[in-house]
Amino acid sequence: MAEGGRQKAECPASSAISIQPSAVWAALASVPDPEIPVVSITDMGMVRDVTVSDAGRVTVTFTPTFSGCPALHVIRDSIEQAVRDLGVTDVEVRSTLTPPWTTDWINDDARERLRQYGIAPPAPTGEGQLIQLDAEPTRCPRCGSLNVRMTASFGPTLCKRMYVCDTCREPFEGFKSV
Amino acid sequence: MTTTPSISGTELTDTQTRALLLKLTVLADDEIILAHRDGEWTGHAPILEEDIALANIAQDELGHAGLYLSLAQTLGGSDPDQVAFWRGPDDYRNTRLVELPKGDWAFTMVRQFLYDTSEALWLEAATRSTYAPLAEIAAKAVREEKFHVQHTALWVERLALGTPESERRTQAALTELWPHAAQLFQPVEGEAELTASGILTDLNAVHARWSDLVTRHLVDKCGLTLPDAPATQPGRDTHTEHLAPLLEEMQRVARQHPDAEVW
Repeated sequence: MAEGGRQKAECPASSAISIQPSAVWAALASVPDPEIPVVSITDMGMVRDVTVSDAGRVTVTFTPTFSGCPALHVIRDSIEQAVRDLGVTDVEVRSTLTPPWTTDWINDDARERLRQYGIAPPAPTGEGQLIQLDAEPTRCPRCGSLNVRMTASFGPTLCKRMYVCDTCREPFEGFKSV
Repeated sequence: MTTTPSISGTELTDTQTRALLLKLTVLADDEIILAHRDGEWTGHAPILEEDIALANIAQDELGHAGLYLSLAQTLGGSDPDQVAFWRGPDDYRNTRLVELPKGDWAFTMVRQFLYDTSEALWLEAATRSTYAPLAEIAAKAVREEKFHVQHTALWVERLALGTPESERRTQAALTELWPHAAQLFQPVEGEAELTASGILTDLNAVHARWSDLVTRHLVDKCGLTLPDAPATQPGRDTHTEHLAPLLEEMQRVARQHPDAEVW
């Protein structure tokens, strides 16, 4: 599909650099999540769409993880910069709320990196009830035990909770299932 | 406060737009004022985990206010920062429930429980709004609110069934807060028309579900006693003496540096 020479021949008047959406996706895959730098914003499923117009304008649509996430401005700026670094001058970053972000979009590879980093990856969300007093089962990222206790239902960022493992005695953070 | 819904909803009439602007403002005002009261616990909560939890909850509520006010802006409302930092107590439309001083830990948890349950139930119903941008906001926010409800329901239970002192304080908090909670279910001017067209959810139905939920938790599970709620009470334009000093503190930096762009 990527036949740069042929495309150039078809659009001789355009001075804009022709870029494929796949190249933009690849660039965004190296933008880290500002709060959990072992995963990227594409690993997290935050980038929802990339389009390139005939005139070369790149539009990236992303969705926030939590509506009050203080890193949103950083993420927006990082996306714009990553696309500009490809030589694109016309960049638009849009945000959308639909469909709402879910931890089910975090890919398997990223789940493993979260675990190695010491963060328990999120359980599948399922169709939970609105009022749920029991939290989802969580496995210690260090020793794999399910014998863990939640010590705080909120953590250092909006997306995490605090646990302690009663088998290996280590405290750890766990992703909420959202 | 920059998130903008990407798809527009049904065409609104001028009357509907005015009423919806007012509704979004009252929703946002409750979130902003409660978030400020929660934020007053930062550095003062009984344990570190709760300090962090309450800051998280406040952050979520501010996020929701940002969503409401960004939508209001697309309907002709002012910039969200202008709305938050440049209106005085006469123009704020929050309930008296959220502006009362933070009190003790029981007062804070009971208030948050009453508020979170009402917000979660309202949002859940609002996901079915015929106005797409509002349904989208509700679908986003309700997922976050679920964690608040879990947290505060557990705290109220722990305090009510804890020691005689914690029970006494929890009952005292409920007795003081209960009459104010009814204010959360006062419709805004023009709300009936928005409900008839499916843009807003039926507030009476939400109220009934909320009464049922909180009665089951507070009375059946926690053994607390619900006082009588007043039959009528003043609207959202009537505030206690506590709102003005709150706003003075909250808005001080913005007003001292009106041209600041980077915080």
